[in-house]
Amino acid sequence: MNLVFDPAWLPRLGQGVLLSVQLTAYCMGIGAVLGAVLGLVRVYGGGRWSPLYWAASAYVHFFRGTPLLVQLLGIYLGLPTVGILIGPFLAGLLAMTLNTAAYQAEYFRGAIQSVKSGQMMAARALGMSRGQAIGHVIMPQALRLIIPPWSNELIYMLKYSSIVSMTALRPETMDLFGVARSIASRNFRYFEVYILVALFYLAMVLILTVALRWVERRVRIPGLGTPGRGI
Amino acid sequence: MALLRVENLHKRYGHEEVLKGVTLTQEAGETKVVIGPSGTGKSTLLRCINRLTEPDQGQVWLEDLEITSRRSDINQIRAKIGFVFQDFNLFTHLTALDNVRLGLTKVRRMPRAAATDRAMAELDRVGLAAKAGAYPAQLSGGQQQRVSIARALAMDPKLILFDEPTSALDPELIGEVLSVMIQLARDGMTMIVVTHEMGFARSVADEIVFMEGGVVVEQGPPEQMFRSPQIPRTGEFLRKISELYGESS
Repeated sequence: MNLVFDPAWLPRLGQGVLLSVQLTAYCMGIGAVLGAVLGLVRVYGGGRWSPLYWAASAYVHFFRGTPLLVQLLGIYLGLPTVGILIGPFLAGLLAMTLNTAAYQAEYFRGAIQSVKSGQMMAARALGMSRGQAIGHVIMPQALRLIIPPWSNELIYMLKYSSIVSMTALRPETMDLFGVARSIASRNFRYFEVYILVALFYLAMVLILTVALRWVERRVRIPGLGTPGRGI
Repeated sequence: MALLRVENLHKRYGHEEVLKGVTLTQEAGETKVVIGPSGTGKSTLLRCINRLTEPDQGQVWLEDLEITSRRSDINQIRAKIGFVFQDFNLFTHLTALDNVRLGLTKVRRMPRAAATDRAMAELDRVGLAAKAGAYPAQLSGGQQQRVSIARALAMDPKLILFDEPTSALDPELIGEVLSVMIQLARDGMTMIVVTHEMGFARSVADEIVFMEGGVVVEQGPPEQMFRSPQIPRTGEFLRKISELYGESS
């Protein structure tokens, strides 16, 4: 077999990388804030019958329970029918953000719930309000516990960002996968282009994995979230 | 006026009534030891006093302030009542110093430098100034409990509630915690201590309260309770517990 790689592909693939990274960074950042709020509401927002808890739960179940692709097309094709015009980049960003917020809400809920209940009790016994206890005692611990599942989500979203290729038609709105498909559809070098693209994704994932491991080590505290080490 | 008054306190969990009308009075500077078989509501009583558990009925007064009133600012009241837990509950993500300092900066709004000085002084008082930078997981159980006592002391509480402070400790670590508590009692701190340590009760308690089945069965000064209890069940329990826990400290 005769594989042909053309360096002329690289500038366009580079642009695609940039767009994929942008999409992922924005959606993960905004998604983390939304997810934290949703997660907190699911834990502290009153009982099962409080409207706040109910709304947060409905949101999480809806966005985890339907495919991201359906959400993207619903936004991209649906919003214009009610008079809201939205470009492919924003549609992609919106879909990915809404989707990852639901998943991150569950990671936050899990992390918050794995902080021992005595921590909240000790904070309240000192005279802290519930908000202070959450801010100074619960969240600093939950944020450390959330790093491993959050890394997973980050990697998922980087790869899922390829779905915006479904809606991007112009080259400047294409993500890495969209660019690759557009290059390959002209020169029919599908195999080579996709191998290259796979390597690009792999490299990005490895860099993120190493970076987050480093962060995890930097903020590690003895006795928090690292049971069984050295036993 | 008494420092703390508990009047006719009731608490029910489902079908089980854990507190069936408890009434107590605590004077400033007094050390009260609460004893009784497990499951008789001793811990619930302590938690109802600062409303970590909401009582169903009855009142608690701190001086002329009704703690149980819906209008009281419970956070402000809790800041004046120290609480020492059986399993310490130090903040896992903070060093010993930060554990003691957090309430000072966040609840009492003390400037950071002053809070640091105060926190160091309290750690020194429990003999742990050298461990200021250690995280809870790096301390022994006895050291963790002493830090948690320092955390309570730093708030200048009017009263400290101890909920079985030595029950989670290995036997050889109990002494260091008890000696800190004995010193506190002698310095005039107002304390309510739920414990089985009869040596502690004998040496510093002003009053022993025997609870069983959600009510106060008998209360009185230690000599009277140990020597001539009015109710046979009190003497029986005291003998049993003294055999079990000895009279160390």
